[in-house]
Amino acid sequence: MMLEARDLRLAGRLDSVSAAFRPGEVTAICGPNGAGKSSLLAALAGLLAPDAGAVLLDGAPLAALPPRERARAIGYLPQSAEVAWDVSVETLVTLGRIPWGGGAPGEGQAAIDAALAAMDLDELRHRPVSRLSGGERARALMARVLATGPRWLLADAPLASLDLAHAAALIARFRDQARAGAGVVLVLHDLAAAMNHADRVLVLDRGQLAADGPPQQALAQEVIARVWGVGARWLGEPGGMALALTS
Amino acid sequence: MTRTVALLLAGLVLALPASLLAGRVWIDPFDPTTAHAATILLELRLPRALLALVVGAGLGAAGAAMQGYLRNPLADPGLFGIAPSAALGAVLSFWLGIAAGWTLPLLALAGAAGAMALLSLISGRASESAGGGVALFTLAGMMIASLSGALMSLAISLSPTPFAMSEIVTWLMGALADRSWREVWIAAPLTLAGIGVLALAGRSLDALTLGEAAARSLGVEPRRLQALMIAGVGLTVGASVAVAGIIGFVGLIVPHLVRPLTDRRPSSLLLPSALAGALLLLLADVVCRVLPLAGGELRLGIALSLVGAPFFLHLLLRMRRGMA
Repeated sequence: MMLEARDLRLAGRLDSVSAAFRPGEVTAICGPNGAGKSSLLAALAGLLAPDAGAVLLDGAPLAALPPRERARAIGYLPQSAEVAWDVSVETLVTLGRIPWGGGAPGEGQAAIDAALAAMDLDELRHRPVSRLSGGERARALMARVLATGPRWLLADAPLASLDLAHAAALIARFRDQARAGAGVVLVLHDLAAAMNHADRVLVLDRGQLAADGPPQQALAQEVIARVWGVGARWLGEPGGMALALTS
Repeated sequence: MTRTVALLLAGLVLALPASLLAGRVWIDPFDPTTAHAATILLELRLPRALLALVVGAGLGAAGAAMQGYLRNPLADPGLFGIAPSAALGAVLSFWLGIAAGWTLPLLALAGAAGAMALLSLISGRASESAGGGVALFTLAGMMIASLSGALMSLAISLSPTPFAMSEIVTWLMGALADRSWREVWIAAPLTLAGIGVLALAGRSLDALTLGEAAARSLGVEPRRLQALMIAGVGLTVGASVAVAGIIGFVGLIVPHLVRPLTDRRPSSLLLPSALAGALLLLLADVVCRVLPLAGGELRLGIALSLVGAPFFLHLLLRMRRGMA
């Protein structure tokens, strides 16, 4: 039940990155723009073939897994909130059943209902996505990932377009999923969110792993100074910390 | 969605027999004295009506699949360059003076097959480079379209006789006049096979609603999808050009008209689009047949473009307001 990156290399993007991810944990991937966060996440999801190295799922190479089986195990939420057609929330969530051979109305309804409920979308079930707010749309897209019932949840900057309350709500859902046994890997730009809510943080810098450990350690002030090049100080208590720039 | 399908089927069941009665010679079903009524019905109108159904169904389904594949409501089956390549084959048969009987449609099908082979070759290379698959692939299709178009113009400008030139130009306008059972036997099996192949792509097209990365994370294999699209669009569009010439706008308009009646997933659009395309072409062909026009009848391709162009404009304006 492990997802592991072993010596991943991708020209210009990742340089010998190794990390093992554990189920039941929320792992945040942080780093400056262009550090290779999205590339690492896409490689972990099996969407990007590395030039060298491998991603292993339960010890076996992910690349050797049939796409449909991989899709059942690993749910991936891309950064773009694109929905090409103005489908209803329920239809959108139904797309998450495609790896199970479903994807038509009525198939896998229990999983779809559970995903809608987990994201508080019961009342919005029949609403077209064009009439959702940004936060509701993010929840609907997340429910689509949950409907697959994956053991791994990989999300690229899921909080990027959300306001404070919606971001907090969504991160609580990710925590719920981890508590239920899923492995959660998130690319996060908001270092305070990573500090307060992740069990573990990976810091990438120009394609290399700069830090890997509990948030207090991986996001220590000296790491932030070294990787982001800004002086910063953590304020507040663990679980509710804020970052203040000092220079 | 099932209600939409039932309604369209009912429309077809009503329209088909009615369409057989209309034309230069109106046939009164309650007056058996019309001269040659049986011949007109069985040898002229029935194959023509069936051809309208087959061609319309193929173009409608191909349009729905194409819009799903490109995630763009402005996409048209012509974008892969299969229609112009098939037309090029047909033009060559005129140019060589062998456009009789089976040779014209067979050369047109050879043209479509050539475009499909070229697309497959390109798609193998396009999907090797990560990302940008669909866009690169479509650009390649548009290049094939423009190349075939240029070769077609070259053939027309160098045509051996003025007669051949006028034949080519008239044929390119697209029509169902003077077709026989032969064309039905060519187009029907290929189109049905094509629609079947497109139906196999349905789930993958649904997944593409979420963008390419999310679709791949749902298990969609871009190469398989590309192959299905080439085969499905190639068979339907190639067959339709081979028997009817170039008929535009059906593939663009029909999925639009049908989409609001479905749950808007590309897969649930395929069958209704095929049925609505069949109905649209059947009705349009009847209109062409009965409209009084000096010097013959209105060409179907022209009629549809006359309606289609303003519709396209309307669509663009609506999209600008963010409503499409």
